[in-house]
Amino acid sequence: MFEHLNGTLSRTQRRRLLDLTRWTITVLLVVYALFPAAWVFSASLDPRNSLAQQSLIPPNASLENYRQLVANPVQPFGRWMLNSIKISVITSVLAVLISALAAYAFSRFRFAGRRSLLLTILLIQVFPNFLAIVAIFLLLQQVGMYIPSLGLGTHGGLILAYLGGALGINTWLMKGFFDAVPRDLDESARIDGANDRQIFVHIIFPLVRPILAVVGILTFIGTYSDYVLASIIIKDRDAMTLAVGLYQLISGQFTQKWGVFAAGATIGAIPIVLVYLVLQDYIIGGLTRGAIKG
Amino acid sequence: MIRVGTGLKRQQVSASLSLSEVAFRLMALALVDAVAIWLVIRMVTDGVWLLVTLVTIITVGLNVVFLREEFYPLRWMSPGLALMILMVVYPLVFTVYTAFTNYSDGHLLTKQQTIKRITTGLQNMYVPEGGTAYRWVAFEAEDGTLALWLTDAEGNHYFARPGEPLRPARAGEGIFGPPDEQGVPTAIEGYTRLNRIQAAANRELPSIQFGLPPNAVQVRTPSEAAVLRPRFVYDPQQDAIVDQKEGKIYVADDANGFFVSADGETLTPGYIVTVGWRNFSRLFNSPAIRGPVIRVFIWTVVFAAASVVTTFALGLFIALLYNDPAVRGRKLIRSLLIVPYAIPAFISILVWRGMMNPQFGVLNRALDTWLNISPPWFSDPMWARLGVILVNLWLGFPYMMLVCSGALQAIPDDIYEAAEIDGAGAWKKFRLITLPLLLVSVGPLLISSFAFNFNNFNVIYLFNQGNPPMRGTLTPVGHTDILVTYVYRLAFASGGGKDYGYAAAITIIIFLIVATITLFNFRYTRMWEEVSEHV
Repeated sequence: MFEHLNGTLSRTQRRRLLDLTRWTITVLLVVYALFPAAWVFSASLDPRNSLAQQSLIPPNASLENYRQLVANPVQPFGRWMLNSIKISVITSVLAVLISALAAYAFSRFRFAGRRSLLLTILLIQVFPNFLAIVAIFLLLQQVGMYIPSLGLGTHGGLILAYLGGALGINTWLMKGFFDAVPRDLDESARIDGANDRQIFVHIIFPLVRPILAVVGILTFIGTYSDYVLASIIIKDRDAMTLAVGLYQLISGQFTQKWGVFAAGATIGAIPIVLVYLVLQDYIIGGLTRGAIKG
Repeated sequence: MIRVGTGLKRQQVSASLSLSEVAFRLMALALVDAVAIWLVIRMVTDGVWLLVTLVTIITVGLNVVFLREEFYPLRWMSPGLALMILMVVYPLVFTVYTAFTNYSDGHLLTKQQTIKRITTGLQNMYVPEGGTAYRWVAFEAEDGTLALWLTDAEGNHYFARPGEPLRPARAGEGIFGPPDEQGVPTAIEGYTRLNRIQAAANRELPSIQFGLPPNAVQVRTPSEAAVLRPRFVYDPQQDAIVDQKEGKIYVADDANGFFVSADGETLTPGYIVTVGWRNFSRLFNSPAIRGPVIRVFIWTVVFAAASVVTTFALGLFIALLYNDPAVRGRKLIRSLLIVPYAIPAFISILVWRGMMNPQFGVLNRALDTWLNISPPWFSDPMWARLGVILVNLWLGFPYMMLVCSGALQAIPDDIYEAAEIDGAGAWKKFRLITLPLLLVSVGPLLISSFAFNFNNFNVIYLFNQGNPPMRGTLTPVGHTDILVTYVYRLAFASGGGKDYGYAAAITIIIFLIVATITLFNFRYTRMWEEVSEHV
């Protein structure tokens, strides 16, 4: 990249120039990456609550927007946040369990149709089930007639819809990890009289905790960020998730509600960003194996 | 070889399973069956056949898997598979079925349901020729039952109660109190007279038949009650609905899902019928549909490709920049640069939407000040397309950065050393060594990223809902709509015009495209061989 400078500059000069360029670019990149976050955080502290007047350092910074966010019953922000966390936690825990069980079977047992079953699961899960929302709608409506807590408009129904996609890439990721656990461990436990269930619970499970954490976190984030399914299944304002609620909050009156929205966005983003930064090494491991954040 | 070996070992183990484990399994299964049977019985009584089928399939499946030893591995997958059948496979099957029907606004019910809808209900009733109309006043008994005081055109009065014949009556006689100026009793013993507002507020009133059929009287309007006859009657012999008032016959047209008269008039609503490949052929043959769909399809591909290329380019650039271990603070820089990826996408997209607001957004204010331009991100097609790609770049570059820096570290240094000895410069090394080697390892992730963006609903919908709208299309379409948001519009467009059959046809095409990409990706990564060889 810098060959044209070869003749005129000494080696140290070249090195210094390179460093300088690198740091300039770094600053630009960091500004690019962080500016929206900084901007929205600053907006959340700007009591004027307006998109038009906002500046990066708000004069008279206050927590007024946060107060309005929690105080106004028209936008039960606390409920949305709790709903989102509840739904995402339950979905990710169950999804991890369900796919760990399946991954164990794919990793440890040899049976007819094993390859084609795994391939089928992966291919079927490519189908974005929100596109068949009419079917899901009718189904949940009817399920609700018999099991009200899993019907349309309930968190149970939404979780059910999310869990339909629990297998798929998760199972694939986990299977790869399970395969790396030496089978000698199983065999020696088996000789000691352990059965499959005991091997799974006492030997494999503790060893694969990192991948379980990755799948759990990615599922959590994916569920937390979902807009489509949640917007169609949940209609009641108090039962909404954060994604649907925040979207409702700003639709139509973006310019007037900017500050309140910014406060909501800040609170909504912080837990996820923290999880990400703290666990980034784990998550990155999972991502580079083909997982995609929702 | 391996197959036989492990299979045997497992069977030995299951043979030595303790009795209590087997008993527990059977009891759990019995419990599941009991609940399922109870549910199915209730569902059969209600005629909810769809659920009956699904519950039966899943329950029978569970029984087979848990009772037959050869399906042992499937026991471990049964919770996931059951949920997948319920929430993904069934919706997929339903979508395939829907794609071959005319399911849409105006065709929402089955033929039987539609016949019932057309031939029953108050809106279907009419006053036959020579029928009598009355003015009416309602009275309510203490137990809530209603009665009518009727006055015909000649001034005759009747007292009418449900289930007994009309009784000629006169105010001021017997239980009837003194007449008002209309001749209606001001009070009736045991009844309270309802005024117009109270009567209008009573929701049951219009559906009650006063008197004995076939001469029962029903309230039709706030002032009029009459002997009513059903106007539309279904005749199974002709498979037609006959209009008793006009004498017209509407014959069932099972090819189109309508009852049609000889002069081409149809009754609403129509009903659901299978229409073969019509939804698909419309896609390819009807110019009004084909035009927008082709544009949406091209944009979907362009959007997905542009997203991959831009995020990959920026991600790779950053990865190269910090690939040198001598750079201080790499870890910190990485942490800062993955922030866009860590923020939940729906939040960032909405924030960008605010920042790119043409009048007030900070980006537009800055561009206006420095470059004297204020891009109309939401109203101009080209700017809107550029806008979503830019937003998606910000959302996606950290992923590519992480992926690329991992892959870069895996490239052995001695290749570069060898190249340097041959006198290759930085650019040549990048072009001939780094890029090709990187593409081999990162390629599959680029393909899945393409597939992901192909269906990236959130970024399109939350940014500007696929707008600005194209002009002159049959159904609403926007310039930044990708296939999934287009389908969403078709199925959920507010206010009429929902066409589920057509939406399902496009959904299937999307599924086929993405499934093909995924299959290709498996091939490419040799993931498949891995599945079979890896122990």
